[in-house]
Amino acid sequence: MPRMNAARRHPVDFTLNGRTVRAEAENRMLLSDLLRHEVGLTGTHVGCEHGVCGACTVQIDGKPARACLTLAQQVRGSDVRTVEALSPDPAELSPLQAAFRRHHGLQCGFCTPGILMSLDALLRERPDAGREEIREHLSGHLCRCTGYATIVEAALAAAEEQRKEEKPNV
Amino acid sequence: MKPASFDFLCPVTLEEALAALAEVGSEARVIAGGQSLVPMLNMRLARPALLVDIMRLEALRRIETSGEEIVVGAGVRQAELEAWPSLLRDLPLLAAAFPWLGHVQTRARGTVCGSIAHADPSAELPLSLVTLGGTVSLRSRKQKRRVKADDFFIGMMATDLAEGEMIEAVHFPKARPGNGYAFREVGRRHGDFAIVACAAVADDRGLRLGIAGVDDRPRVFPLPALNDDQFDDAINDIAWSLNARDDIHASARYRRELVRSLGRETLKEASRCRA
Repeated sequence: MPRMNAARRHPVDFTLNGRTVRAEAENRMLLSDLLRHEVGLTGTHVGCEHGVCGACTVQIDGKPARACLTLAQQVRGSDVRTVEALSPDPAELSPLQAAFRRHHGLQCGFCTPGILMSLDALLRERPDAGREEIREHLSGHLCRCTGYATIVEAALAAAEEQRKEEKPNV
Repeated sequence: MKPASFDFLCPVTLEEALAALAEVGSEARVIAGGQSLVPMLNMRLARPALLVDIMRLEALRRIETSGEEIVVGAGVRQAELEAWPSLLRDLPLLAAAFPWLGHVQTRARGTVCGSIAHADPSAELPLSLVTLGGTVSLRSRKQKRRVKADDFFIGMMATDLAEGEMIEAVHFPKARPGNGYAFREVGRRHGDFAIVACAAVADDRGLRLGIAGVDDRPRVFPLPALNDDQFDDAINDIAWSLNARDDIHASARYRRELVRSLGRETLKEASRCRA
């Protein structure tokens, strides 16, 4: 593998929301900026840019991760999912998003995409996640509007709904 | 906040990585998970000329048991060690430390060795490695060497790593059945760096207390038994021997008080766990 020159742009091939993507980035470009400025998906928000606020959280190979602490070049060959992937139809909300709406899990909405991506990963991996686990995952996010209580309620409701769907005959 | 420019190399052999580190010297940095280095790049506290991404080096991505040690390669993510099936049996101190270590979202990417290399004085993994008496394997193009964790950390975010060298693995001594281990910390918010973190081991040699967040690096001390008359004086002497400073997060006095109170609680728990 040759050394990649700092002054040039280099291809980044990866899977984004189920589709194969080839983007171009300088070595110093962050994944958050690649998604927003090169690919044009602005659902991923950029807050603190040093890994504290969690607004930029996406899923890399199924795990929640900070897009601002990931260089674009580090996701070559990876599977990246952003908030745009949550609902199959842009006119509809996913069950988790709908629960956020019902339970007032957001006000200004800035932190919401990151929180959704963390909770989506949690509920997929651990459908039985309870309050403690949800709070543990939320500790990686800052929300200045809600006080978190409504976010926890929304996540619990979405988990409950998901469990019912998986066991339709019970 | 965006990183300054750097060249990027993503080698597929260790030799290639070591050759680049040897050629570029102190201007080169290794990147693994990036959870400590990328913030430094974003804030431009680090401005390397070359980043060497070691995550495609399969040989570094292993957790192995070698005799009485658990060897964690430089490419092993924190979440991978956290999910390792033998963690609770072989590294119970780390099992106790993981819930305090950053967040789910940073552990998913960050590596164990990356945290050791970053050497933050309040970080949980350096503290655990020093308290257990572990070692660090260093590799350069010319040589391999093993350094005791206590000698590897030499100051605030400063290590014994030489120019052209990288961490190849860290070695944690395996837990002996019957020994007691405990980990506690106090921070402003869950997942933040600790104001003070304590790790304790109770074994046939007695009690050991590791302390992070107070001095410029994690420090470990032997202590008399908890019910000993000299215990209070001993832990107070330790608190005063550390170079505690006032900062935005806490006063030196509060940190010394935490060493005394949290230290005692952590030691108590480790003693209780000792069969």
